[in-house]
Amino acid sequence: MHERTPASPQDDKSRWFQQIVLPHLDAAYNLAAWLTRQPADAEDVVQEAMLRALRFADGCREATAKSWLLRIVRNVAYDRLTASGGLALFADLNPDDPDGSGFTTDAFGGTTEDPESRLLKDQDRRQLDRLIALLPLPYREVLVLRELEELSYKEIAEVAAIPIGTVMSRLARARDWLHKAWSERNG
Amino acid sequence: MDSLTCDTARRLLDPSLDGELEATTQLAFDAHLAACAACREARAGRLALIEGVKSQTRRHTAPDGLRQRLALQLAAAAPPPPSTALPSRRRAWLTGGAWASSVAALAASLMLFLATPGQQDSLDRDLLNAHLRSLVPDHLTDVQSTDQHTVKPWFNGRLPLSPPVPNLAGDGFPLVGGRLDYLDQRPAAALVYRHARHIINLFVWPAAGTAAQPPHLDSRNGYNLLQWSKDGMAYAAVSDLNRPELEGFQRLWEKSAVDNDAPAPR
Ligand SMILES: [Zn+2]
Repeated sequence: MHERTPASPQDDKSRWFQQIVLPHLDAAYNLAAWLTRQPADAEDVVQEAMLRALRFADGCREATAKSWLLRIVRNVAYDRLTASGGLALFADLNPDDPDGSGFTTDAFGGTTEDPESRLLKDQDRRQLDRLIALLPLPYREVLVLRELEELSYKEIAEVAAIPIGTVMSRLARARDWLHKAWSERNG
Repeated sequence: MDSLTCDTARRLLDPSLDGELEATTQLAFDAHLAACAACREARAGRLALIEGVKSQTRRHTAPDGLRQRLALQLAAAAPPPPSTALPSRRRAWLTGGAWASSVAALAASLMLFLATPGQQDSLDRDLLNAHLRSLVPDHLTDVQSTDQHTVKPWFNGRLPLSPPVPNLAGDGFPLVGGRLDYLDQRPAAALVYRHARHIINLFVWPAAGTAAQPPHLDSRNGYNLLQWSKDGMAYAAVSDLNRPELEGFQRLWEKSAVDNDAPAPR
């Protein structure tokens, strides 16, 4: 018989995972929700990503834990979108037809109504949500990572696996388009 | 001195607002703005957009249902302690390795996080959380022994009760050990039994003035909780064992406990 032994390395590791990675669960879900635009898909993506994160936790450093986890989330989401044909990677940023990926607005109000016609009616604060949801994926992800998760360009570059210059240009184009779309709908 | 063209300044607009420019470039940008009303206006418009997006866009938060499914999935992914482990070799509980340790701890922490008052009976919640905590490697037992005569006296001085500790190894439920736990911030004895690859926590705590209650089964998040009370003591068996097996365990334990000795408040 004996008392509890001091924390084992495994205990340290699991505690570390809880303290360093788990606090970013909301960030993980937010990114997944914005990438998939479907709550059910977002939950699946986060579940899968958390299991992967746990398996590869050795590759994670405290200072970069958030972007490390978000990169995993992003990869899982892309795998899923590719498999379901929902990936419009090279869609053009045309305000009249910004995204050809079969988007429904389920994630943003539970309606399957045409997002464009709904936008015209909708003057509430969710209007920006719907505009951002219309952005093609490569633009949407840098915008969400910057404005909502407040990552630096360097961190966004790591999450999205693109050069910093591409982060900058995509972010600028996303904001240009948003600004234009917003002005048109409120002008 | 303004050394930038408007085209260059517009390209620097976003990185400038995002704090991504080198100091010297930022100075050049500021100098251009001071001299150029059109670029100042462009900057004001951009800033308003960014602030609007930041303040009005929805930041989704992980729903409780996700936390719950995550906890269950992770718990299911954690290999249970090997049933061949010799109970006297405490380190055997660690052989699941870091992966098992992490998932069990994560599952437990998610479960704890889930606990919101009023959503379910608080005792059930405490019992389930205590059971999940115990599954984190190295947290299962304070005293590890298959010998009831070692486990039983261990509680002396640690608890205001001395629970019966029958060993049911002959019936397929070997004793693993005992642990001091807390339910609703009150100490409780936790007796740990094993059945194949399943762990059973049997919690015992004083419940003076409580009428005797026959066993009552609840299911929470895939775990079965069997609770009863008798002779001023409350009992709860918690496990991922299926219902008939857990009820079988309860009947065996009750019978052996009566044969053994009654729990005497001290
Ligand atoms: Zn200018």
